[in-house]
Amino acid sequence: MSRTPHEAEGARPQTLAEKVWNAHVVRTGGQQPDLLYIDLHLLHEVTSPQAFDGLRQAGRKVRRTDLTIATEDHNTPTDNLFTIADPTSRKQIETLRANCEEFGVRIHSLGDENQGVVHVVGPQLGLTQPGMTVVCGDSHTSTHGAFGSIAFGIGTSEVEHVLATQTLPQAKPKYMAVTVNGSLPEGVSAKDLILKIISITGTGGGKGHIVEYRGQAIEELSMEGRMTVCNMSIEWGAKAGLIAPDEKTFAYVQGRPHAPQGEDWDAAVEYWQGLKTDEGAVFDKEIVIDAATLSPFVTWGTNPGQGVELSGNVPDPADLDDAVARTTAASALEYMGLEAGTPMREIGVDVVFLGSCTNGRIEDLRTAADVIKGRKVAEGVNMMVVPGSAKVREQAIEEGLDKVFIEAGADWRFAGCSMCLGMNPDQLTPGQRAASTSNRNFEGRQGKGGRTHLVSPAVAAATAVAGRLAGPADL
Amino acid sequence: MDKFTTHTGRVAPLRRSNVDTDQIIPAVYLKRVTKTGFEDALFAEWREDEKFLLNQDEYKSATILVAGTEFGTGSSREHAVWALKDYGFKAVIAPRFGDIFRGNSLKNGLLTVELPEAAVEELWHLAEVNPDAEVTVDLEACEVRAGDRTWAFEFDEFLRWRMMEGLDDVALTLRDEDKIAAFESNRDAWRPRTLPAAA
Repeated sequence: MSRTPHEAEGARPQTLAEKVWNAHVVRTGGQQPDLLYIDLHLLHEVTSPQAFDGLRQAGRKVRRTDLTIATEDHNTPTDNLFTIADPTSRKQIETLRANCEEFGVRIHSLGDENQGVVHVVGPQLGLTQPGMTVVCGDSHTSTHGAFGSIAFGIGTSEVEHVLATQTLPQAKPKYMAVTVNGSLPEGVSAKDLILKIISITGTGGGKGHIVEYRGQAIEELSMEGRMTVCNMSIEWGAKAGLIAPDEKTFAYVQGRPHAPQGEDWDAAVEYWQGLKTDEGAVFDKEIVIDAATLSPFVTWGTNPGQGVELSGNVPDPADLDDAVARTTAASALEYMGLEAGTPMREIGVDVVFLGSCTNGRIEDLRTAADVIKGRKVAEGVNMMVVPGSAKVREQAIEEGLDKVFIEAGADWRFAGCSMCLGMNPDQLTPGQRAASTSNRNFEGRQGKGGRTHLVSPAVAAATAVAGRLAGPADL
Repeated sequence: MDKFTTHTGRVAPLRRSNVDTDQIIPAVYLKRVTKTGFEDALFAEWREDEKFLLNQDEYKSATILVAGTEFGTGSSREHAVWALKDYGFKAVIAPRFGDIFRGNSLKNGLLTVELPEAAVEELWHLAEVNPDAEVTVDLEACEVRAGDRTWAFEFDEFLRWRMMEGLDDVALTLRDEDKIAAFESNRDAWRPRTLPAAA
């Protein structure tokens, strides 16, 4: 049925997200929420064991093993590929392997060339394509929206639901546009942009909305930059974030293992070309940003909305209008061990983490390597480089990036979620301060008592060299 | 799923906003492969502080958690809901919740109710002044009641029915199995498949 997306609902102009939504509705109307068909279900070891257990108890099968894929990432070690020291981590991974075998689900295990962070693996295999619905028991599933898909994180009960039915009941969302006009200045990355957006909206500003990022600065981003932006949609509470597919998207997908081929490719591209917001379509809300005003952006607090320009100072909670926000900011500063008014560039760090589903792709590694090449990681600073997948690692080695990092004194690791959430041994110790390219600066996120500043890959690399928060221009 | 109609209990007043799911249950506790046994993990890091709310005798028997806005943002971990339930909470009240957390809560019989900031402030005050005060969360009437105060709340009609009946989502959806099959027979052939693994 190669209907073009805009034929779906007569002539009324539609947003991109509405088109994708409507193309996946299995059942609508009545009191129940829409039932959406799910094109791709990604699994990992942490949020799936109880879901498989539910299937087993009810005597159900996985409905579409051919739309389901698993990888090991959250718990996996990054210092070796085979020894999982923690018995509970090992148990969880063994459970995933046993479940995949029992239910016939494809899995990429430790040591496999396609193992890695689930949101890096999907696009890399060409399984993430435009106009899809993608879910995973992980809130950063929004990453896949970069291809013009509706992609969102779900809980374990929903994982079970998708395994059993390949569908998900979903209340109709609202639609928002974030329009970024103009070009990002030199040295300002996708990460800086999304951190800035979250600082404007706060952690709940996107609630209930599927957000379309658009405008010149978004069009100019590489696919990997677009993934970074969409990845952090959840950090401002959005249901999902997506970007209209274009020639860049098609070129990225083409030739990957699961990309359509031959006539299928032509049919797919024809369909994908219709995946854009129609002229005159109405969003429930719009935010407009002037890209030219942006500069490198970092966080100072304990949620991703607590950010400031790298050139700025730690804010003073007393300057905030709202009482609850004031208390929250004050307790964040206390946790972070920071004084209001301190220039961000004077904040020294102990650890630099380069990796995660936000910034663990090859371009991120290249950017950081460019900054650090021929320089040394500052004394007393531990820089950890964790590629997002085994393939990214392999590619980096081909390009000699591993040597750049190792010669600078950084720790070159195997792929996984690692210190982004510290489920494996890669954790901060109490009081340690990190500049991290990951997505969450929550209290204790990277290890009990650890203090996190979210930064871009370029800032991470410069910070590693300077020993305090810095951009490449400061070196 | 447990049915929920109405619940009366004491309130734990958590005066914090942006309580993300990493705070509700830190990642190191997510390694279990069962749905139960998470009570010790609830707010694990905060509970190490003896002054923390839940370490105070007067709030140990609380069954209704009242928190600031953006409760349950962040990670999708359903373990956050399991931990709250295992600890003994039956309901959480806050001005606004993270979407995924809210969805998870309602699939596990933990009622999450959105009340305006002013109502939350009143409930905090009430529980701080009188920790023994009983509060009723009534899903049938869509009301929260405390003494002579009553706050109405909004609740999606379908979700309310499902929660009051304790219905299993999968079974509900499978009633429409024919529609799923019809949709599948119409999907474009070029849509990607994970199996077999491509070279």
